[in-house]
This record gives sequence, structure tokens and C-alpha cells, in this order.
Amino acid sequence: MTPILDVKNLAVRFGPTLAVRNASFTVQKGETHCIVGESGCGKSVTALAIMNLLARNAKRDAHSIQFAGQDILPYSDRQMENVRGNRMAMIFQEPMTSLNPSYTIGSQMTEVLRRHLNTTKALAEQRAIALMQRVGITAPQMRLAQYPHQLSGGLRQRVMIAMALMCDPELLIADEPTTALDVTVQAQILRLLAELKQELGLGILLITHDLGIVARVADHVSVMYAGEVIESGRTADLFANPAHPYTRGLIDCVPVPGKIMPGEPLGSIPGTVPVMKDGFSGCAFRFRCAHASEVCTQAVPRHEVGPDHLVHCHLTPPQWSGR
Amino acid sequence: MTRFILRRTFLALSVVMTVMAMAFVLTRLSGDLAISIAGPGSTQADVEVIRKAYGLDRSVMVQFFDWTRLALTGDFGNSFFFKDKVSTLISQRMPVTFTLGFTGLALALVISLPLGIVAALYENTWIDRTASLLVMVGQAMPSFWLGLILMIVFGLQLGWLPISGTGSWQHFVMPAIVLAFTAVPALTRLMRSGMIDALGSDYIRTARAKGLSRSSIIFKHALRNAAIPVVSIAAVQLGFMLGGSIVIETVFALHGVGYLAWESISKNDFPVVQAVVLVLASIYIGLTLVSDILNALLDPRLRGA
Repeated sequence: MTPILDVKNLAVRFGPTLAVRNASFTVQKGETHCIVGESGCGKSVTALAIMNLLARNAKRDAHSIQFAGQDILPYSDRQMENVRGNRMAMIFQEPMTSLNPSYTIGSQMTEVLRRHLNTTKALAEQRAIALMQRVGITAPQMRLAQYPHQLSGGLRQRVMIAMALMCDPELLIADEPTTALDVTVQAQILRLLAELKQELGLGILLITHDLGIVARVADHVSVMYAGEVIESGRTADLFANPAHPYTRGLIDCVPVPGKIMPGEPLGSIPGTVPVMKDGFSGCAFRFRCAHASEVCTQAVPRHEVGPDHLVHCHLTPPQWSGR
Repeated sequence: MTRFILRRTFLALSVVMTVMAMAFVLTRLSGDLAISIAGPGSTQADVEVIRKAYGLDRSVMVQFFDWTRLALTGDFGNSFFFKDKVSTLISQRMPVTFTLGFTGLALALVISLPLGIVAALYENTWIDRTASLLVMVGQAMPSFWLGLILMIVFGLQLGWLPISGTGSWQHFVMPAIVLAFTAVPALTRLMRSGMIDALGSDYIRTARAKGLSRSSIIFKHALRNAAIPVVSIAAVQLGFMLGGSIVIETVFALHGVGYLAWESISKNDFPVVQAVVLVLASIYIGLTLVSDILNALLDPRLRGA
């Protein structure tokens, strides 16, 4: 089956700084693919690069970005406009500011449908009401005439999701959709996304820094570090058998009730993500890695840990489970 | 929304009342009005006659309430100098000032809005820098000086336009340009910064993610929000232009309310001064009210305030 999204060797640079290097991953229809990593690892830039929504000073390069079997990398701005919001939709981290404060919810929701499918206002409003109902917004009829400032953060994120679904997209890119929300609302939104994936056969690319979210909703995971996908695999495999020292470090940072004793410090990874410049070679994690050695300054090989489970590291198979 | 308008109107009216009191008190603080009306070389007896004739011998409170009572019915008394009713004088001069003010504002908007938008769209390019330079030059140039330069070039050397008077529409061309020039820098800078803020905001990223066209993103989503500060400043600028056209009306001898104010101040024609201050202040206050209401219409978040 052709994946809905197949990104090969994506690179994004801001002047001399490399924000994303050699990122490759695929998203299947009806599957949630999580990109996980700490702040500044290039995960949001990756999401924006796929939509071609990067700032003007960013330069995007890739081998190919296949969307539903078509390479969208060479698409013109006009061609991308027709894809965005229509077949590929996106929701963001900040529901409080992601809606235009000057227009009603109804106006903002219906304009997507009218832009792409050229429907009448009445039809578009019907669709908006139906979708608001679907994403769990009460009194949708009334919401049409309301302004964003009259809605709570959770409601606004639901509006964003409903708006993203207006044209029945094949792919939904969600950039930290629950980071700004409190935990109960976060759980509701995640459950909603999982339901929508099943119902609509939606492919979801979920960007997050939260391994708890990954464990709960992801079918596939790509771990990003300093702009590179350093390990990827099916969620269960990756959590059961993390191969990269960075992935293991991340998992150690998550407190697990019962396993962590009160007073015992949580795991942490010393240092921060380095800024990648031109001419960098070797493993970017070597400065923070307990297993680093001479060999880590050389080009990093790719190993297969198991079926569909890849890791970029100099460590060899027997060393993976060693701590 | 109705409550918002009512509350703002009430506030505006109380400011007008304050201005009435201030205008009245300030003219009396400028010295003994009876002496200045009588003029130099007049005897004590002359002054006393004038004091009685104009009712200046009564207490200030009585004079104020008398003036207020009549002013509220539109009667500002008679001018000392023109031997005409003050209300007649003002209503004769008003059309000139209004024509000048509105033409000036229209011209200023036509120049500054596109300039600000284009500068924002091409932020930090040579286009933006050229616009900034123009704005800076405009801000640094005093309006009377620009008026004189225009008079010399277009009035005297080229002979295209009349340099003073109120006779025809040509008389308004240069004053309107000069007046517009005073408003262009502020409006351009506001439009530019508002547009840059709007274009960098999250909801514009959402609009782009929705696949909206560039023109819809710029003119529907960004401009609406960027226009909010511009609208309020434009309304206040119009008030400023109507009230503050004194300099320009004087330079071009354009017989508007500003010119009337200058004449009456220099001739101690205090009933006219009081009335002009009150009328111009009321216009200014009225326009601020209009700008508040326009803002609330543009920005739904303000409606509850």
C-alpha cells in the first residue's frame, strides 16, 4: 500500500544553521506517526517543511516528499495552496492565538470549504455544524456566530480540529496539539484524534515532546535529535527495546509510578541540543552520550534492530541493551 | 454594544462640559477683558462703560452660567470685531475647514495605507527602507516650511496654483497636500508595524495552512487586525487636522475656522475665541468617540469594555 506521506532525506537550513538533516519517515493511512524529541530538535520545522509553510529565510531540500504517491516537493506556491487545508491539514500548539480574533468561528470554518470546494455558505455552515458536533463542541449552531475570545482553549483546539477536517483531508499534521492544554482536556483531544483516525482513515503526523503521549496514541515513532531521525520503529518495539542511547535516556526521564521511589532523582540527559552548522560530521549526540568514543566522529551507520525498527548509532547489536 | 456606545457618549459629553468651563476660565485669566477691549489710551470711565455694557461687572459664576445657557442653544453672542453673530461666523467658516480637513485626511490615507502595507510585505528590503526614509523626512519637515516651499515652487515659479485665498478648488490643493503631509508619517508607520505584527501572527500561519490565497491572507486576515490602531489614529488625526489647521490656514490665508481663531485671538475677540475652542474641541471629542465605536466594530474583544 502506498503510504499517505513518504518523506525522504528532508533537510531544512536557516542560513548556516541546519535545523533538519536527512530526515526520512513514512505515514500510513489510518496510522498515527509520532515525531518525538526535545525542544529545538527540528520537529516543528519538519512539520512546517512538509506543508511548505517555512519562514522566508528557511531553505528546504529533500530527495522527495511523496504525498499520496505524488511528489509535492517541486509544487509551486499555487499548487501547494490547493493541497493545504484541502487534502493535507494542520493544527497547532497555540489554540489561543491560532484563530483570527476578528472573525467569527463560522466565518473561519466555512472559508476553507468555500475556498477549496466552492460550496455555498449554507452548505459550508451545515458541514461546520456537523463537524463541531463530531469533535464534541456543544451548541454548534451558537458557536458559528461566536468569536474566538469567547471560547476556552480546549474548545478552540476542537474548533481547529473541526476546521482542519472541513475538506476531509487524507493527512492531518498536529504540531504539539495538546501542549497548551490541561491534562484532562489533553486526554480528551488525544482520544478524539485516535477516533478520527479510525473513522476517517486519516493519516496523522503528530509532533510531540511527550513520551507519554507517544505511548498512548502512536502506531509508529521517529525519535529526532539535532535535526536527524536517530531511531524509528513501531511504538511497542521501540519502547520494549530502545537501541539508541538518546532514546533510552528519554525513556528514563519519564517517571513511572511504582518504579520510581520517592526521593530518588529522575533520570536526565545532561547538556542541551547542539546547534548544527555546515561541515558537521559524525554523531550529534556524542557530546552528551555515556557511550561516546573515537568512532563517533565518523559517519554514523544505520542498523536494523528488528523488522521496521532502525537506529543510527555506532554501537553494535550486543551493546544496545547495555546501559 | 449599545451599552458601550451609551457609556462612551456619556464620557464624551462630560469632557465637552469640562472644555466649556476651561475655555471660559482661560479667556478670563488672560487679563482684564474690559481693559483690553477698550484698548490703549482709553480712560477709566471708558473701561467702566465697556465693563457694564458687556456684563463683565457681574460675578464670574453668573457670567459663566449665562454664557453656558446661551451656548447650549447655539447662541455664542456677538463678535466685537466683526459685528456679527459668532454662530454665523463659525458656520460660514466651517465648510472651508471641513473641506480642507477631509481632503487632507483622504490624501493622507491614500498615500500612507498602501505605503505602509507594501513596506510591511517587503520588510527589511530596499522598498521598506525607502518608505522609512520618506516617512522620516516627512516627520522632520515643519508644515509651514513645506507650505512656503510649495508656494514658491508651484505658486510663484511655475504659476500653477494660487498661493492664498479661498476662491476656488485650486486654492485647496496646496494646503491639503501640506496638511496630509503632517498625518502621513504616523499613519504609515502604524500601518507598517500593524501589518508586520499581523503577518507574523499564529492566525496568519493558520490561514496559510488552510490554503487561502495570498490576497485573502493579506487583505482579509491581516489587514483587518492591522487596521485597528490605524482607524483610531486616523480619526484622531482628522480632529487634529480640523482643529490644528490654524497654521496652514494662516499660511495660505484660507478663511476657515482656524484662520478665524487666529484673527480673533490677535484681536482679543473673546466670544469668538471661546466658541471656536469649544467647537473645535467638540469635533475632536466627537471624532474620538467615532474612533472608539469603529474600533469596537472592528475588534469584537473591545465590545464588552
